[in-house]
Amino acid sequence: MAELQSAGDIKTEYLAQMRSKRVMNLILLLVFVALMLAGFQTANDRNAGGFWDGLPNIFDFPADVIGEAIARAPLLPGYFVKYFPSLIETINIAGAATLLGAMIGLVMSLLVTRGLAPVPWLVGPLRRILDILRAVPEIVIALVLIFLLGGGPVPAMIAIALHTVGALGKLFSEVNENASLKPIEGLASVGAGWVQRMWLGVVPQVAPNYLSYALLRFEINIRASAILGFVGAGGIGYDLRNTMSWGQGKFDEAAAIFLLLFGTIVVVDQVSSFLRNRLTHGAKNQEAHP
Amino acid sequence: MTVMLLQPQTIARFRRKRLTAMAVPVVIIAYFTYIFVAFDMAGLADRVSVENARTLVSDIYSYKTHVARDNRTGDVIVSIEGERKGEYPQGSAPDWVTLGDDTVIDLGAGHVVTFGAQVTYDVPGYGRIVTTPGSSGVNAVLPAGDLPDWISASKNRISVTTDAGRVTVTRNRAEVFRYALGWELFFFTLDSPYYGLSLGEVTSRAFTGEAGAIWDAFWSNKMWRHGDVAWALVETILMAFLGTFGAAIVALPLGFLAAKNFTPLGSLRFVARRLFDFLRGVDGLIWTIVLSRAYGPGPLTGALAILLTDTGSFGKMFSEALENVDDKQIEGITSTGAKPLQRYRFGVIPQITPILLSQVLYYLESNTRSATIIGAITGGGIGLLLTQAIITQKDWEEVTYYIVLIIVMVMMMDTFSGWLRRKLIKGKEGGH
Repeated sequence: MAELQSAGDIKTEYLAQMRSKRVMNLILLLVFVALMLAGFQTANDRNAGGFWDGLPNIFDFPADVIGEAIARAPLLPGYFVKYFPSLIETINIAGAATLLGAMIGLVMSLLVTRGLAPVPWLVGPLRRILDILRAVPEIVIALVLIFLLGGGPVPAMIAIALHTVGALGKLFSEVNENASLKPIEGLASVGAGWVQRMWLGVVPQVAPNYLSYALLRFEINIRASAILGFVGAGGIGYDLRNTMSWGQGKFDEAAAIFLLLFGTIVVVDQVSSFLRNRLTHGAKNQEAHP
Repeated sequence: MTVMLLQPQTIARFRRKRLTAMAVPVVIIAYFTYIFVAFDMAGLADRVSVENARTLVSDIYSYKTHVARDNRTGDVIVSIEGERKGEYPQGSAPDWVTLGDDTVIDLGAGHVVTFGAQVTYDVPGYGRIVTTPGSSGVNAVLPAGDLPDWISASKNRISVTTDAGRVTVTRNRAEVFRYALGWELFFFTLDSPYYGLSLGEVTSRAFTGEAGAIWDAFWSNKMWRHGDVAWALVETILMAFLGTFGAAIVALPLGFLAAKNFTPLGSLRFVARRLFDFLRGVDGLIWTIVLSRAYGPGPLTGALAILLTDTGSFGKMFSEALENVDDKQIEGITSTGAKPLQRYRFGVIPQITPILLSQVLYYLESNTRSATIIGAITGGGIGLLLTQAIITQKDWEEVTYYIVLIIVMVMMMDTFSGWLRRKLIKGKEGGH
């Protein structure tokens, strides 16, 4: 009887607990829905055009662009050739920024990994610096640098590289934390200096992960580089803005740039995800096909 | 025998490794050399504007007060940063300016400028510069000797730059700049009764019933527009919030469509996946442009641009998470006679919620940054204020202020989303 009683207790207790949990979840859900609705309403009120008023017009611009592109389809290959150098510049901005950012990020990551850092008291301040570098949107640095250095690819490259240092520095240091300390101890026992310990002991262990993160960053940076071009930092984004502000009559060129950008992003995404897959599962594949 | 075979193999492998190790730095250096030429880095030295850099840096930590005299009417106007919003009311001036028939401006350290029919500047260790601006020019009379390089003089214009400030006289106008540390009028503008009061006084007045008025004066500060800035920050966070969670809501059902184990129909799966690729590939920039044509500037445009781009990213991630769902739980639920909807609700959702939630919250932080960028392109939120301040090319203290606010905002969103992630996911895991 006593056992049954306790089983009943457990049941009522469990049900009560479930009920309170469900009520909590319901409240959370209601708060979330209310926030979404209120937020949407606020955004709608503060926008130049309302959501429902603008909805019918949403395809006007794409229709204009596509219409002009189709009307002058034979010109498109010519535009591809014309804007190809700008595309290369955009890719180069992203490539150089990723490479530069990854190299500095690598050094920074070794300096901020506890256990590997040569100067332990610097770990905290350097981590804050990485946090700040990560928090600043690229556009902020780029706009200030454009004021100082004039337009062109260099401000965009520096801006993206700085952000990359922050992002990759953090990711790399997380990777470093998982590196085995044994090779480092071995190197230390034969009198290797800090640089040698890191270069020969840590980097070879984690290089595939580094590369995988850097590739992912390269994907992101291509998008960022196109956006920065749009605010005056050269590359295909700059051409896009020029053709866009020209308005009707140059929309066929805008369409060509859209296509170039779209194609580049898709190709880079695919290639990088293929390479990243190989980097993370590479060993497995080798075992499967010796 | 095997050792004999292995040794050359090992040596060959070592050689190959060493060659790759050598090749990587060589390739990197070659690429940077190419970039150096392609980006015309050598020409950068000519393009760098030292003048701009100096304005920027000095503007960040100091401000200047202009004292300007119209030489035809004799009116003297004192203003901060030369802006109308920063003008001292007629007849008042800071204590280093003595208004009168002859306005005397004491720049400190013995530098004294007088404005009258003649404009004079006493430079300690050099002498007195006397100008008589009129229709025949500025008629500057300088102390004997060579012209020092801090004075530039011509018939119609003389400009003197010293450590104490800068004096410019033209035929129609005489102007003095005096630099001071700090950000001007950050709390109250000159027309506010609270301008120039100490913190203690303001606090004591706040306690005697003026708190509302003090807050109003601060909030509607015409120079720094604290109210507008706060709204801009809210708009930016709103864009990120609506965009991220809106995308998650849209992407969840689509994710089911694209997952192999939930949608046996290959063609449907294919359509959903290509839709995700398309949304992601078109990229936020193009979505922003397209949407801003339909909706104009504002937070809604930014929110929708984020929503569209992230629907692609989330859809892809969600469908991958759904394909990794453990079937045993669903089978268990099915064995109790659950209908399909209940199977999803109790068999699938609890499994994937922690994964999805943590991905969505990661995006919330990065979207706060994207919202700033999108705001700068379409015109909305803090991004708009930032670009506006940069375009003026002189309000660098405001630019600095906005940058600091943006950094704080992003870091707070980072902390908040991290906290929420830990809280929600731990809570969910404790539940089952």
